[in-house]
Amino acid sequence: MRILHNSELVEDQWTVLEDGRADLGAGDGRVIVTLARWREERPSLLSAHAAVGVLVPNTADIEAVFADIEDRPLIVLQFPTFTDGRALSQAVVLRKRLGFRGELRAVGDVIRDLVFWLGRCGFDSIVPRKDQSLEGCREALREITAAYQAAADEHTPVWVRRRAGVAAAH
Amino acid sequence: MYRYDHIDRALVTQRVEQFRDQTRRYLAGELSEDEFRHLRLRNGLYQQRFAPMLRISVPYGLLESAQLRKMAHIVRKYDKGYGHFTTRQNIQLNWPKLEQVPDLLGELAEVQLHGIQACGNDTRNITSDYLAGVAADEHIDPRPYCELMRQYVTLNPEFYWLPRKFKFGFTGATVDRAATRTNDVAVHLVRRGDGAVGYRFFVGGGLGRQPMLGQEMNPFVPESDLLRYACAILRTFNRFGRRDNIHKARIKIVLREWGYARFRAAIEEEYGKIKASSEGEELLLLPEDIERVRGHFPAPAYRPAAEVSADIAGLAARDARFAAWIKRNVRAHKIAGYKVVFVSLKAPDHVPGDCTAEQFEALAEICDAYSFGELRSTYDQNLVLADVAERDLHDLWRRLDAMKLATPNIGLVTDIVSCPGLDFCGLANAGSIGVAQDIYRRFDTLDAQYEIGAIRITISGCMNGCGHHSVGHIGILGVDKHGEEWYQVTLGGSPGNDAAIGERIGRALARDEIADGVERLIRGYLELRFDDDETFIECYRRLGMAPFKERLYESEAEAEAA
Repeated sequence: MRILHNSELVEDQWTVLEDGRADLGAGDGRVIVTLARWREERPSLLSAHAAVGVLVPNTADIEAVFADIEDRPLIVLQFPTFTDGRALSQAVVLRKRLGFRGELRAVGDVIRDLVFWLGRCGFDSIVPRKDQSLEGCREALREITAAYQAAADEHTPVWVRRRAGVAAAH
Repeated sequence: MYRYDHIDRALVTQRVEQFRDQTRRYLAGELSEDEFRHLRLRNGLYQQRFAPMLRISVPYGLLESAQLRKMAHIVRKYDKGYGHFTTRQNIQLNWPKLEQVPDLLGELAEVQLHGIQACGNDTRNITSDYLAGVAADEHIDPRPYCELMRQYVTLNPEFYWLPRKFKFGFTGATVDRAATRTNDVAVHLVRRGDGAVGYRFFVGGGLGRQPMLGQEMNPFVPESDLLRYACAILRTFNRFGRRDNIHKARIKIVLREWGYARFRAAIEEEYGKIKASSEGEELLLLPEDIERVRGHFPAPAYRPAAEVSADIAGLAARDARFAAWIKRNVRAHKIAGYKVVFVSLKAPDHVPGDCTAEQFEALAEICDAYSFGELRSTYDQNLVLADVAERDLHDLWRRLDAMKLATPNIGLVTDIVSCPGLDFCGLANAGSIGVAQDIYRRFDTLDAQYEIGAIRITISGCMNGCGHHSVGHIGILGVDKHGEEWYQVTLGGSPGNDAAIGERIGRALARDEIADGVERLIRGYLELRFDDDETFIECYRRLGMAPFKERLYESEAEAEAA
């Protein structure tokens, strides 16, 4: 399955390990498990798999759970519908406040028209809904290049950029 | 006026192209109806009863002549020759064609207008005091702060998919002319005893179902922290606002369910965390940031009083119609020799808030000639020319009068606030324009209006409350009962400093009873008032509901007695 990673279309390296299932039988041993399972089975998961990513519900207090997942190479956040923006706040807090530098992935009802916002909030790994055009999703990352706020793609908010007088020169 | 630089321009034009592609994909069947709905709403496009409705944001109610000329062109080319000013100081078009909307938005972008976040579950257009910069009771001009907030919330990626709509209202004056506490967030600019400027934040206001007024969350947030505190509120809402029930999704419900203490503690905690992180550095406003934006709103080049003042009383003495207009539609200005002029959009047999292409054009010329090229839209669906030289008043009046824009009724019984209602709106349960016109005709003579004095009648065609019925002195809410239009009446609401949510008086009235009912209430007030100076709302507050209820339902009381 191909996904969007660092703005490129690549083959997904991760496999979801459903709760209750012991192992994969496929892939190179990078698995995604739920937060609940991670907390329960951390040592055995680490010994059985090359890498373990964690899926966090969008209702979780990301700061409260961060101590359990801060060393993870991948954190997966959920979009039950594309209009449910709770995971966007989780992502911003993870990146800006908690300083998470690993891979941050969006899954769920990810349509092309959500992708732009995901990119700006710091998701570098995006799994579009099955029916979506992957090429379209990739293009969507750069739909709007002018931005007012500081975000993953533009590190300086517009009011700071204008301080230097750069903006006024045009 | 705030002037776009290349960043603002790029953002708005790229946004038009984004929507053009979304529209293309929808028409090609690549986007579902529901998916496209959320996308078009975020560009101001609502599906109405007969056609799409396009809501155009007018940031904090400021317009200039080039925008008015463009609106004249737009309503002719894409609509039926008129637009409609709303209670949120915006402009709505009722008849654009979906396929043409991207082109329409492209033309709007040429004059700094757009529909970005005009509808949908996002941060909406910011409303503010229509007398910003000219009011004598103003301590701080709110416009630079509105603009900074506009930039912060426009296409903000974290807050683009909120649980429900989210509205800001700003004021920097003693008198609240923007119904600020009916917003999710009200920001009052304040100056502390030591001279420091800051913000008094209210949170949790909202009309619609379960109308509530915002409660004070923080009496003084420092000037540098406008965006930090807003971020704390928005993030709390995005995380905890209910997404399981659209009728319980506003921030006011979080406040109600949690209670004030817990809610306030959550906002303050988040604010503290933001301040302590790198995010807080990004969101910190320096004095120079505010000064730079303040520079976009310079005072106009006022001329000395000796050159612009005039003997208005003398002119008025010779012309009774002019005198009536001066009395009702002209207000004091903080600069000697200047006046604030209200342009009434409440002419007889005219839909409240409507403005024709010819009127847009005339207003463009008029504001160029008489008010430094600018115009403001008001919370009451009227317009304001904020800087008119006294010497020009008589000429201005003649030109407004020729365009049916000089009805001398500002703040009176015929200055009725009304949503578009069932005639246009897909959400409405009942008509509102027809009711407004019926009530208007009952009090059409100026003598009757002046005798009644200041009163606010507000009409909404459904619970969503776009006509602000909850905060009308007499509020009228259209409801559907088995396919018939009925009207619930509330009394005692107010949007200003004395803000209050109106109370329901009793059973709903039928379509053919409502104008009679309102007339009985007003005739009752004339009998009940202490003296000629006691306004309707003062009289209601003194006497309470009972005597008004008795008069509204008098025929039923007679029937029961018989």
